[in-house]
Amino acid sequence: MAILTLLVNGVRRRVDVDPSTPLLWVLRENLRLTGAKFGCGAALCGVCTVLVNGEAVRSCVTPVSSVANGERIVTIEGAGATPAGAALQQAWLDEDVVQCGYCQPGQIMAAAALLLKHPKPTDDDIDRELSGVLCRCSTYHRIRRAIHRGAAAMSGGSR
Amino acid sequence: MKVPRRSILKNTVAAGGGLLLGFPLNGASRNGAAFAPNAFIRIAPDGRITFLIGRTEFGQGVFTSLSMMIAEELEVDLAKVEVRNAPADPAYDHPSFGKQMTGGSQSVMGSWQPMRMAGAVAREMLVRAAAARWKAAPESCRAERGVVLHTQSGRRLSYGELASAAARQPVPREVALKPASEWKVIGRPMPRVDGKASVEGRTEFGIDVTAPGMLTALIARPPAFGARVRAFRAAKALAVAGVRAVVPVDAGVAVVASGFWSASRGLEALEVDWTDSPLKDLTSDGQRAQYAALARTPGKLARNIGDADAALRSAARVIEAEYEVPYVAHAMMEPLNCVADVRADRCDVWTGTQYQSHDRESAALAAGLPLDRVQLHTLQCGTGFGRRWAMTSYFVVEAVQLSKAVKAPVKVVWTREDDIRGGWYRPRYYHSMAGALDDQGALLAWRQRIAGQPIFVGSTEEQNYAKDGIDGGHTGGSNIAYPAPNQRVEIHMVMEGPPVQTMRAVGGTHNGFVTECFFDEMAYAAGRDPVEWRLELLKGRPRLRAALALAAEKAGWGRALPRGRGLGAAAVDYHTCIAEIAEVSVSDDGVVKVHRIVAGVDAGTVINPSGLRAQVEGGILFALSPTLLSALTVDRGRTLESNFHDFRVISIADAPDIEIHMSGGGGPPQGVGEAAVPCVPAAVANAVFAATGRRVRRLPIRPEDLRGWRG
Ligand code: FES
Ligand code: FES
Repeated sequence: MAILTLLVNGVRRRVDVDPSTPLLWVLRENLRLTGAKFGCGAALCGVCTVLVNGEAVRSCVTPVSSVANGERIVTIEGAGATPAGAALQQAWLDEDVVQCGYCQPGQIMAAAALLLKHPKPTDDDIDRELSGVLCRCSTYHRIRRAIHRGAAAMSGGSR
Repeated sequence: MKVPRRSILKNTVAAGGGLLLGFPLNGASRNGAAFAPNAFIRIAPDGRITFLIGRTEFGQGVFTSLSMMIAEELEVDLAKVEVRNAPADPAYDHPSFGKQMTGGSQSVMGSWQPMRMAGAVAREMLVRAAAARWKAAPESCRAERGVVLHTQSGRRLSYGELASAAARQPVPREVALKPASEWKVIGRPMPRVDGKASVEGRTEFGIDVTAPGMLTALIARPPAFGARVRAFRAAKALAVAGVRAVVPVDAGVAVVASGFWSASRGLEALEVDWTDSPLKDLTSDGQRAQYAALARTPGKLARNIGDADAALRSAARVIEAEYEVPYVAHAMMEPLNCVADVRADRCDVWTGTQYQSHDRESAALAAGLPLDRVQLHTLQCGTGFGRRWAMTSYFVVEAVQLSKAVKAPVKVVWTREDDIRGGWYRPRYYHSMAGALDDQGALLAWRQRIAGQPIFVGSTEEQNYAKDGIDGGHTGGSNIAYPAPNQRVEIHMVMEGPPVQTMRAVGGTHNGFVTECFFDEMAYAAGRDPVEWRLELLKGRPRLRAALALAAEKAGWGRALPRGRGLGAAAVDYHTCIAEIAEVSVSDDGVVKVHRIVAGVDAGTVINPSGLRAQVEGGILFALSPTLLSALTVDRGRTLESNFHDFRVISIADAPDIEIHMSGGGGPPQGVGEAAVPCVPAAVANAVFAATGRRVRRLPIRPEDLRGWRG
């Protein structure tokens, strides 16, 4: 066990955990941030996606010790406080994307990482960056539309 | 899934246009100041309005669509209503199934009368309470957006202000439901009531539940079906930090720990010796040969019109073909999980389930407590697809057993490997088809022989879904819409294999593929255009016919396409009438790309157009996975696939364009959760034939089945 300090959604959080524990379980169990979901435990489904320094990572295979050195972790619970996250959440509502909702935190975080890199993503960009986040309800069309809508809202807002 | 004819709602129109309540609206409560006119509505004196929904939300949108029905009659703004899961209680039994369960695309149909009546009854009581306070005639008052208005004087009282007085009003025996012309909610697109919570990560799923002192368990499950624990050595597992106990349960050996990761490490360290699987001699190839041999012989008669065998013997033209589909896992996005807290005198269970009444009874048995000491709390489900309708309640029972053993609340989580390897699959099936044309090329006979494991025969649900021993999993969706004077369906039930169960569209998942592809084969044999011939034969099925005509028109059916590109059609009546036209291209090395699927849909009265489209989009893409990618290999008693790398499902990059066109409409609303599924593999395979001239008769459609198609 080790005492680690995580920077999650802008707040420093101390946890006492086995350093090999995947970030997902520290978020969900120690910090009670249950927005990031468990789907495969093997970086195959993407529903555990969170941002680490603006990059989408699969938290189910990310040892917590590797993100405990001041890395900025953003989860769906903190997404609304970021411009991309807030724009995407609104776009998600406008497009009525949600079915069961289980994958949606992962989808939104993956989309947020995409917008940080590509403020005006093409469909190919979306395919590349989002195809690792599965949705068994298959809300894919609405996700695509929502990403374009969120991107448009952001670029409109900055003008 | 067919609805057992148990209780049919009997509502008679009374004099004055009111509807007599032909069924009890249970769950009225006079406790406290809140207004609880029935099981579904709570109005607190502070104005908070809560709807309790007894159907499980797993993505199909019942929280929204059922709430819309209540809100329409109650006259409230849905945005101001809190929608919650109902408790497990007979007041929430499905009126057709007679159980509290969610499935069979029956939620909207089964709620259409009761939910509107629940709203109307409550509204009526609120209006009467206001009228009494104003000493006015109820007819001079009306309800609107959460208040009752006295039309002449302009006086108004909010529902909250009226709550306690309304609670003292007698429950009316007769209420008038609004005519369609007055609907303000039904039929308008309504965003998901739980959308905001979802996009903010606040929706609570079963896997998110916690309880004070709760432990997390993972279970070493049999490596092969039916294998049993011979011995286990717990010492190494117990040495892992955080592991509290190692407990044998029916399902295997559980490692109970402070959290998921400790349990996972403990599970790796646990040593278990297993007995051989009783299915250790079962191989995939052997099974295929066995099923094929069976399907080539007469089976148990499931449906008969005329004399298909005689017609096949004497017909001018006979067409024969064999089809097969593999075992498929549901691969719910949220793996199975359950939290149980068993105490000396009570038991609480929190889980995402499609079958509350059965799970609650099973929990009581496992806990050794009377039913009234068991509370089952339903959570939202990260998809269900039928898997959470567990005929043995196994995922609830194991949590109850563990909580009882360790005397603490326990959450059991299934890993993805447990899920993919754990059985309860859509069965594999093998079909042998024979059809006959007369000398004019008319459809003369149709014979289908289906071999597969039964889902219901031999289970506790046999009486409900396997009439006369004919398994609904075999026959669902085999009743073709095209009139053939001689029709025969026979089934062979193979009892040996991994546990199997219902999957979204059940029999339609295979029969949609087989019947609509084989019809296509017959159309080509008859020299007929597959859509034109369908339209001709569907004269007696106007709704289905119109849906197909619309889809064909919108898809540009009949337009010239280069070799390697093609259109394929399929149409089924699945409560909802739906036709789909797929447009595909096939690469030189046999890789199929689906470009577009155009659907024509008649779902009767549409409650929520946005939700309906979501279900059709989702249903089509759900079915595209087993059409192109997903299959399980059960061999020597175990499943070879284990996670999403080898049990593949479609991603956003694979999703074709989908166009949905509404046809017909009106009449009672029909379910749409499953309707879009059966057509997909058939429309795609038929399009592949149009593109390449090759018939693919097994799923998933593999490049190797099409290699060299250019000749
Ligand atoms: S749970 Fe992390 S990728 Fe699936
Ligand atoms: S919304 Fe259900 S898995 Fe994506």
